[in-house]
Amino acid sequence: MSVDIGSLKGIVEIRWHGRGGQGAISSAQLLARAAFDDGFQGVTSAPTFGAERRGAPVSASNRLSREPLRTFSQIEHPSAVIVLDDTLLEVADATKGLIEDGWLVINSPLDPAAVECSGSFRIATADATRIAQELDLVVAGSVIVNTAMLGAFARATELVTLESVERAIAEKFPAELARRNFEAARRTYERTKLATGGS
Amino acid sequence: MATVQQPETSIITGNEAMALGAKLCRVQVIAAYPITPQSQVTENLSGFVESGQLEAEYVTVESEHSALSVCIGASTVGARAFTATSANGLAYMCELIHWAAGARLPLVMGCVNRAMAAPWSVLNDQQDSMSQRDAGWIQIYARNNQEIIDNLIQAYKIAESVHVPVMVCYDGYILSHTVMPVEVPTAEQVDAFLPSYTPHTILDPADPRNINQVTLADPRANEVGETCHGYMELRYQLQEALGNARARAVEVDEEYGRHFGRSWGGMTWGYKNEDADVLLVAAGSIASEATVAVDALREAGCKAGVLAVRVYRPFPERELLEGTRNAKLVVVFDKSLSYGYQGPICADVKAALYGTGGGPAVHGYIAGLGGRDVKTRELVEATQESVRRVEAGETHKETGWINCQF
Amino acid sequence: MGTRDCGHESAMSKPSAGEAGHTGDWRTQRPVVDDARCAAAKTEGAACFRCWLYCPEAVIPREAPITIDLDYCKGCGICAEECPTDAITMESEASADDGGTEED
Repeated sequence: MSVDIGSLKGIVEIRWHGRGGQGAISSAQLLARAAFDDGFQGVTSAPTFGAERRGAPVSASNRLSREPLRTFSQIEHPSAVIVLDDTLLEVADATKGLIEDGWLVINSPLDPAAVECSGSFRIATADATRIAQELDLVVAGSVIVNTAMLGAFARATELVTLESVERAIAEKFPAELARRNFEAARRTYERTKLATGGS
Repeated sequence: MATVQQPETSIITGNEAMALGAKLCRVQVIAAYPITPQSQVTENLSGFVESGQLEAEYVTVESEHSALSVCIGASTVGARAFTATSANGLAYMCELIHWAAGARLPLVMGCVNRAMAAPWSVLNDQQDSMSQRDAGWIQIYARNNQEIIDNLIQAYKIAESVHVPVMVCYDGYILSHTVMPVEVPTAEQVDAFLPSYTPHTILDPADPRNINQVTLADPRANEVGETCHGYMELRYQLQEALGNARARAVEVDEEYGRHFGRSWGGMTWGYKNEDADVLLVAAGSIASEATVAVDALREAGCKAGVLAVRVYRPFPERELLEGTRNAKLVVVFDKSLSYGYQGPICADVKAALYGTGGGPAVHGYIAGLGGRDVKTRELVEATQESVRRVEAGETHKETGWINCQF
Repeated sequence: MGTRDCGHESAMSKPSAGEAGHTGDWRTQRPVVDDARCAAAKTEGAACFRCWLYCPEAVIPREAPITIDLDYCKGCGICAEECPTDAITMESEASADDGGTEED
């Protein structure tokens, strides 16, 4: 592996893409909590500022730093991009600014090599939709994959531990819901497929 | 030994920090009307009241004008009152903003800074609170979410000792909707720091009085023959109270440091400013961003520092005068504009330094209006441009506009 | 001596007779009560007291016979207008025989 983004001195930027209602903002907030518990003293999570509506492409971002953060401007060069809905890859220009050897983490049943997306980044895929369905994580007809994708993110980037993800989820949800959401993250962590070097 | 509850670090938005702060201050009356990006403050506080976590009267109102009216009434009968708003909501409160200050009521308001319409915007700049700077309120600008909760707790202590209302300002979205680590004080800590509110002039049916009645130009004798203030004396007294608020803000911040282990600089705060030739001046989150710009400028060989305005009203005249004495250049970044002139902080800095002889050049830039993102590198580039101008002997410079693509 | 000594932080006054000054001076006409027509005077008690009720300056006590505090009566004439027995009439101050109020 070339650049290990976990051993950084500086700031890791992360971007989440989803559709309004899919929980991109919530998962970015859960990630901030988990990363803080894993020793990142500086964590932020921000939605894309504006008016979000159900179904519209939305994004959220994180900054993670070993030092407290002093910067709040919008991120430009993510080390990882997580895509909750693979139909957004084109619509939302999801790989914009993604750094060389960064991770593109996609909710997709495909193998990473089969993803039609090219660049000098690495690709990870996980069938989070299927896993979330297995666990009945369905709200008003929508499959909720955001917590599952935290598992894929953890597996690909190794920036946060599953233990911290579990604590973050437990803090946010009532017990039974927390159990299923974390189980989704755990199963997705195990089933995430990694590929290096893009296509 | 009894277990003493320790403060916990939560990863929360600026709005959550504000709502938790109000709860910890045990506010007794809340009246607020939801408006983006402030809404989460009202949602959380109504939730605290509904669930019994906060014993307060939550008054639902039909407008911001009524929200502040309710707070004025509540404060007048001796309650600790709280409201929060943004932009057009603040503008709708306008006449009561002046009233609260003139009535010397120690209200505290969260102002989640947002751009003023037209055109319609929900995004951040500081035009809303800056346009109310002359109303007689104390204004404190927070650089991050930790400072929001800390400033709010300090605000009640300041307000209730100098009897001037306080606006706790923080940038919409940039802080209001961004989560970051915040150490949330315990109720015991806050109770030990902030005593309950004792009103100076209470309206009580058992002791009827007219409050803020028509007051004519000249002093006049009251019913027992005492000579009482005319309008001008009352306004002189308000100005004197804001003057006293300078020392009080510093004391309260220091005392806060002793109680909570954190203080924020009093009237101003600095970053690598002691030996700086070039000082970046701003208020709010952009001043935090400027500290990162200073690191980059120093790496590029420019001895830069930040001297940030924390308390904007009363204005930190002395701190700025002393703090810029050895600088060659002061670069001010304003997120608002006094249309037809320049950025309000810039104009105030120039006024503070006027007549002191041989002071630094002061250049102003307008940044981030209507949510335009302000990058660290843009602050660096603007500073470098000003350094070049000053080195070329150009001490006076027209106001610059950062990343305006006109 | 300045006004600082009054100690008020905001504008404040206590409601009391004369708090707004010697308002009897504002009057150009005064109400004069004819006890022969006044219900209160005739019954020495139970009566309409509409003058007391309507007086905006509270210078008419709810007592029989009716008295009017001319130090503060502004001469608005509402009592005369409202009196159901026409017992109150407004008379010109200029022609009043006793000089009216006890003003200096």
